[in-house]
Amino acid sequence: MVKITIDGNVYEVDPKDNLLQTILSLGLDLPYFCWHPALGSVGSCRQCAVKKYSGEDDQKGRIVMACMEPVVDGMRISVNDPEVKDFRANIIELLMTNHPHDCPVCDEGGECHLQDVTLMSGHNYRQFDFNKRTHNNQYLGPFINHEMNRCIQCYRCVRFYREYAGGRDFNVFSSRNRVFFGRYEDGVLENEFSGNLAEVCPTGVFTDKTYKQHFTRKWDLTTAPSICHNCSLGCNIIAGERYGTIRRIASRYNGKVNGYFICDRGRFGYEYVNSDQRIREPLRRGQASGRLEPVDRETVFNYFKKIFDKKPRLLGIGSPKASLESNHALQMLVGKENFFAGVSAVEHQLTLKAIQILKEGPAEVPSLRETEKADTVLILGEDVTNTAPMLALSLRQASRQKPMELPIKMNVPTWHEMAVLELMQDERSPFFVLTPTETKLDDIATAVYRNAPDNIARLAHAVAHYIDSAAPEVENLSEEETELVKQIAENLLSSKQPLIVSGTSCLNESLLEAAANITRALKKRQKSPWIFLTVPEANSVGLALLDEKDLNQAIEKALSDSYDALIILENDLYRRIEEDKANKLFDAFEHVIVLHYLHNSTTDKANLVVPVGPFSESDGTLVNNEGRAQRFYQVFYPGDSVKESWRWLGQIITGHGLNGRSELSKLDDFIEALVRDFPELKAVKDLAPNADFRIAGQKIPRQSHRYSGRTSMNANVNVSEPKPPEDEDSPMSFTMEGYQGMPPSPFISRFWYPGWNSVQAVNKFQIEVGGALRGGDPGLRVFEPQTDSDAPYYTRIPEAFKPQKDQWFAIPVFHIFGSDELSIYTPGVAELAPKPYLLLNQKDAESFSGEKVNVLLDGKQIELTVKTSSSFPSGMVGIPFGLPEMKIFKFPNWVKISG
Amino acid sequence: MERPLTQHIRPGETLTITDYQKHGGYEGLKAALKMSPKEVQDTVKRAHLRGRGGAGFPTGLKWSFVPIGDDAPRPRYLIANGDEMEPGTFKDRLLVEGNPHQLIEGMIISAYAIQAEIGYVFLRWAYKKGEKIIQKALAEAYEAGLLGKNILGSGFDFDLYLHTSAGRYICGEETALLNSLEGKRANPRAKPPFPQTSGLFGKPTIVNNIETLCNVPHILRNGADWYKKISLSEDGGTKIFGVSGKVKKPGLWELPLGVTLKEVLEEYAGGMQDGLKFRGLLPGGASTDFLTEEHLDIKLDYAGVEKAGSRLGTGTMIVLDDKTCVVGMVLNLEHFFAQESCGWCTPCREGLPWSEKILARIENGQGKMQDLEILEGLTKTLGPGNTFCALAPGAMEPLQSALKYFREDFERHIKEQRCPRRS
Amino acid sequence: MLSDKERTEIEEHSRHYPRKQAAVIEALKVVQSHRGYVSDENVKDIAEFLEMTPDEVDSVATFYNLIFRKPVGEHVILLCDSVSCWIMGYETIMDHLRAKLKIEPGQTTEDGKFTLLTIPCLGACDRAPAMMIDNDLHGNLTVQKIDEILKKYK
Ligand SMILES: Cc1cc2nc3c(=O)[nH]c(=O)nc-3n(C[C@H](O)[C@H](O)[C@H](O)COP(=O)(O)O)c2cc1C
Ligand code: SF4
Ligand code: FES
Repeated sequence: MVKITIDGNVYEVDPKDNLLQTILSLGLDLPYFCWHPALGSVGSCRQCAVKKYSGEDDQKGRIVMACMEPVVDGMRISVNDPEVKDFRANIIELLMTNHPHDCPVCDEGGECHLQDVTLMSGHNYRQFDFNKRTHNNQYLGPFINHEMNRCIQCYRCVRFYREYAGGRDFNVFSSRNRVFFGRYEDGVLENEFSGNLAEVCPTGVFTDKTYKQHFTRKWDLTTAPSICHNCSLGCNIIAGERYGTIRRIASRYNGKVNGYFICDRGRFGYEYVNSDQRIREPLRRGQASGRLEPVDRETVFNYFKKIFDKKPRLLGIGSPKASLESNHALQMLVGKENFFAGVSAVEHQLTLKAIQILKEGPAEVPSLRETEKADTVLILGEDVTNTAPMLALSLRQASRQKPMELPIKMNVPTWHEMAVLELMQDERSPFFVLTPTETKLDDIATAVYRNAPDNIARLAHAVAHYIDSAAPEVENLSEEETELVKQIAENLLSSKQPLIVSGTSCLNESLLEAAANITRALKKRQKSPWIFLTVPEANSVGLALLDEKDLNQAIEKALSDSYDALIILENDLYRRIEEDKANKLFDAFEHVIVLHYLHNSTTDKANLVVPVGPFSESDGTLVNNEGRAQRFYQVFYPGDSVKESWRWLGQIITGHGLNGRSELSKLDDFIEALVRDFPELKAVKDLAPNADFRIAGQKIPRQSHRYSGRTSMNANVNVSEPKPPEDEDSPMSFTMEGYQGMPPSPFISRFWYPGWNSVQAVNKFQIEVGGALRGGDPGLRVFEPQTDSDAPYYTRIPEAFKPQKDQWFAIPVFHIFGSDELSIYTPGVAELAPKPYLLLNQKDAESFSGEKVNVLLDGKQIELTVKTSSSFPSGMVGIPFGLPEMKIFKFPNWVKISG
Repeated sequence: MERPLTQHIRPGETLTITDYQKHGGYEGLKAALKMSPKEVQDTVKRAHLRGRGGAGFPTGLKWSFVPIGDDAPRPRYLIANGDEMEPGTFKDRLLVEGNPHQLIEGMIISAYAIQAEIGYVFLRWAYKKGEKIIQKALAEAYEAGLLGKNILGSGFDFDLYLHTSAGRYICGEETALLNSLEGKRANPRAKPPFPQTSGLFGKPTIVNNIETLCNVPHILRNGADWYKKISLSEDGGTKIFGVSGKVKKPGLWELPLGVTLKEVLEEYAGGMQDGLKFRGLLPGGASTDFLTEEHLDIKLDYAGVEKAGSRLGTGTMIVLDDKTCVVGMVLNLEHFFAQESCGWCTPCREGLPWSEKILARIENGQGKMQDLEILEGLTKTLGPGNTFCALAPGAMEPLQSALKYFREDFERHIKEQRCPRRS
Repeated sequence: MLSDKERTEIEEHSRHYPRKQAAVIEALKVVQSHRGYVSDENVKDIAEFLEMTPDEVDSVATFYNLIFRKPVGEHVILLCDSVSCWIMGYETIMDHLRAKLKIEPGQTTEDGKFTLLTIPCLGACDRAPAMMIDNDLHGNLTVQKIDEILKKYK
């Protein structure tokens, strides 16, 4: 710690940050543009000027840019010196000379950092009275809107897009006061993190196009803290609503999980909530019509009452996309032995295996954000950009970790982005990508290895063996493979923080075992390795912790036992198992009851459909891939018929006095019951204060104090203002009434602070800028690895993959846009999703004449366009996973092709 | 009077390697190779050679910041800055076109002093003739074993390449030059770290002006004491001075540092053209403050010009006469600077075009009195330390001094709503 | 498509740098020397050749004023408009060129012969006003001299 003097006050600070970051961390205001805590300093905007004095006698001082200034012991500076204040006002005046002053029609208006800084710097009177320069805008795809005239040339966009996110189809063009930020030519931004431009850009150049389509001002949004449901990482998000539709998703800073950013699937894949496929009232299959027809709430309860007349046996199927509370509620209703995780056998086995490996240790499990600090990365099987996108962004930062040693050695501060980049040049951390398909991280890889999952597992096992000869040996590796094994192993051994990444998407258990073996071998060699495993869905881990039985077992049980009704929770089984299997299951039941928010093939089979809230209309808890439980909160009250699944189920349970559960109405009751049944999950109770929590006797408002139109919003329908809905499940209100200060971190639903209307206000919510939120980042691990364990090596080494003569080994290929069930409802996501195709090795493809081939999948012929890759392993085919046009089928599998 | 740099240069001719060697060329190199790199550095330090690129930084001292120990990063680079795009500046062209081997020898010695393995001559685009001349000279030098591996049997290796620019004044700024050499946009870099430790491709690098480097062979050949003696000033050596504008004989002359301004103007440039009166001049290129009649007696060395409120800069002067409009001249300068701003930092990118627009308005007879206040404000906002590099502060020097010395010209434009010097 | 000659020339330049992308400015100049300007297509070709994206190449290309991204005439006239030339009467020369060629700066004559551009300082201040046509420097310009010079480029 060192002492510095700012405007006469002495502060004790840690000199690790630059002066600007230090000043902001002290809670003082200092405007800035080009600096961003995640992007470092480049000193271009000149907005963060302060006065620096050279010694006790220096009265005059000189202007320096705080973002470029190291903090040194005894330094004396001034933020409020009149000359430097003037300077900052002059800078903003200059920035505004060409700005179109179009705030009223700008989507950024009201949450614009440029507006904030203009006010903060005190520039009000415009002297520039010439014409402004103007630019043409570009079409950048379905997600991002471009309005170049608003640009203040802070260069953040291009720095984020290129240096941080690794995108190469966006840049800065021209020079002097004509610099232009965009693409070489109009077209869709290729980077999966392009949506962050809307938050990184301090003004309205890059804005969220999906938001624009149903725009409302930030202060008119009802917002709640939520968790992204689109993959297993559990990025924190803020969802905003008005008039019953979700208008946008923004990232919610979490210092442990997603940091400042989220991926484009997470940001834009929310439109299913507003879809016309939404189920907004109970539906019962009419006896005469055979069609689903709207009924009232009572009918739902009566339906159950009839079933319960005879003390029924119910079979329940849960969902990896539904909350712990909802899954557990179904489990309570049907009884543990009759509850089945709603996922395929292979998926469930792998998830259970992943959990086992994580728990057993001895590898430590970093959080998503901590993976950025790994200095050697080995990826086994997982195309993370497409299966767990934000992990790709974090690993890209990890690739800078090792080369960062040079600037540190040369006393160049790590925040000095410009100098760091220059010193690093093309140097990257040792980074190995072992996957069947090409990945978007190949560009930073030290070496890539393209092969069948089994062969990747074999190579990985060999790495473990190289590190510790007690690990099982792998025979018959080629010379090149042996060389690669050595290279990987040596790099892991010489690194400070090795990280092994794998996951379930290759549907290959040996990969997970090999990953575990490598960490165990490293541990034997006195290293402290990290392991990070991805799983299929947002609550795959949570579901697996509740139940080990999968869908195959459910079908067996249904067919062998006699059941009265099937209850399916927020799940489309046709995306989980083969069609004929699903059909068989449904055929076995007289009563099929489906709780869902969207019409799909499963609701088509239902006799009764119960309308439940998607993430935006529910509270609940998810457990992410690393075992971190996180709470999401309902954004708005959707009316009386749509309820959380757990609430419906709870009412049925208590209504029928089942299972001795008497009190199950509020969220806290369900959490209580969950923790009672699963003591392992007790952290879930501590995720956030419960519904009784009050600050100074007040609730925490979901609406900002500037929320407008409340009394008139619905005046066209009803002039009398209805009583606002009550939230009995959380300490948050649905209105603007309540505590106006900073809430506890789990309840942050907007980043706002007096004078800071933009997302930059997040600085004020952190203990120190870029670090943890005040009161700690929300979310708690439900299990921790046993780091001192002596878990044995897995010993099963798979056979080397052997191509077959007239069969092809099919594996799923994942797409950030397309493979996920829900995000595809966003038109832009659907637009960017690939059309169905069959991936083949180039040479293999030559044995087929046409562009299309017929594939025999699960006994059905499908015609698919061939896509080739020179590196895709021979003897295999890749099939895009989860596209709406393609029914799910069994993976991995041998298939036949003709054509 | 000694003129080591130019005495053998004849107008329109180029010294070949044999001509050069006949006049003692490459003797300095031989002397240097017998010394240790540190000794070469010390000799140059003792000679009080200061950089001729504009900032006047002591050359030997600059070299001494390069880490050259066994564990120091490699390769190290030496770059000759021949961008020379400062308006009014045309001195390096003479050296390149007249005697390329002098530059090459200077670079080999300097490279040896900092143990650089690779060098580049960064030459401005417009010097097409110079480009050919250097290419040829490089080939000759390689042929003669003066470049490449094991130079003159010394065990020292040095490769030298020519890079010609694609325009833009900012490329002359040494860190922008580095980016340009790396094939990037020529935005300057933040200092620290300085190029001496993290320069081209992140490696230790020295950037010196062409004229600076051309001095080095002579220092090594004749010694530091000789070099100090040929100057009339504390600063060692000679300087190439130039004059352009409406003087009788515009041109370049190599003269000892410390000659008076008057001498250069009257004796060498031949005084003003008939019928014109001297009003002022920019002493060292477009980005220096005006000097006027009252300064004619000053000594032309770094301290002398600074005391008069300007900078020696490149030593090439632009003369303003009484029939030329000072507002128009400053407008021309700010137009140049606004156009050449790299667009990286706010004050320069936005401030210079504003100043240009105001000056144009004044010149065209539509100025307002408040315009002068805005201009004055801009000279402060765009002052030294406030911008990312020295381009904008340089651009403000002629403007601020014009407002100081020739304020009545500006006011007359505004009052009369016309340019008094235009019909 | 880049010609073989262009490729060889670019490769030659690349050899001078630790990474071939550093030669992108040279590559642009090579193409321009053969074709007069760098077309959108050429930007993509250079990008492919140097393993860059068109965005990366054009980011650099558009920074430098002497990389022409639009077609130019057979001969490019670069008339210095900087301070020494301005003092020495560049405006008269410019007016004359405009009248004679019937184009404004930035334009190309109807017959495609000449493109007229201004350029900051040619480093010929002692011979002001000055201009360059293609690779040739012409100093101490007068209206009469211009007519003589232009004839050479017919
Ligand atoms: C905008 C700008 C343009 C410059 N142009 C040149 C130039 O053309 N030639 C040059 O030698 N130095 C130029 N300099 C100075 C260089 O940055 C650097 O100081 C110089 O090359 C160092 O060489 P020296 O120490 O030998 O003088 C320029 C500086 C600035 C700020
Ligand atoms: S002062 Fe700023 S904008 Fe101007 S040239 Fe330097 S870095 Fe570029
Ligand atoms: S934030 Fe410091 S210069 Fe931009």
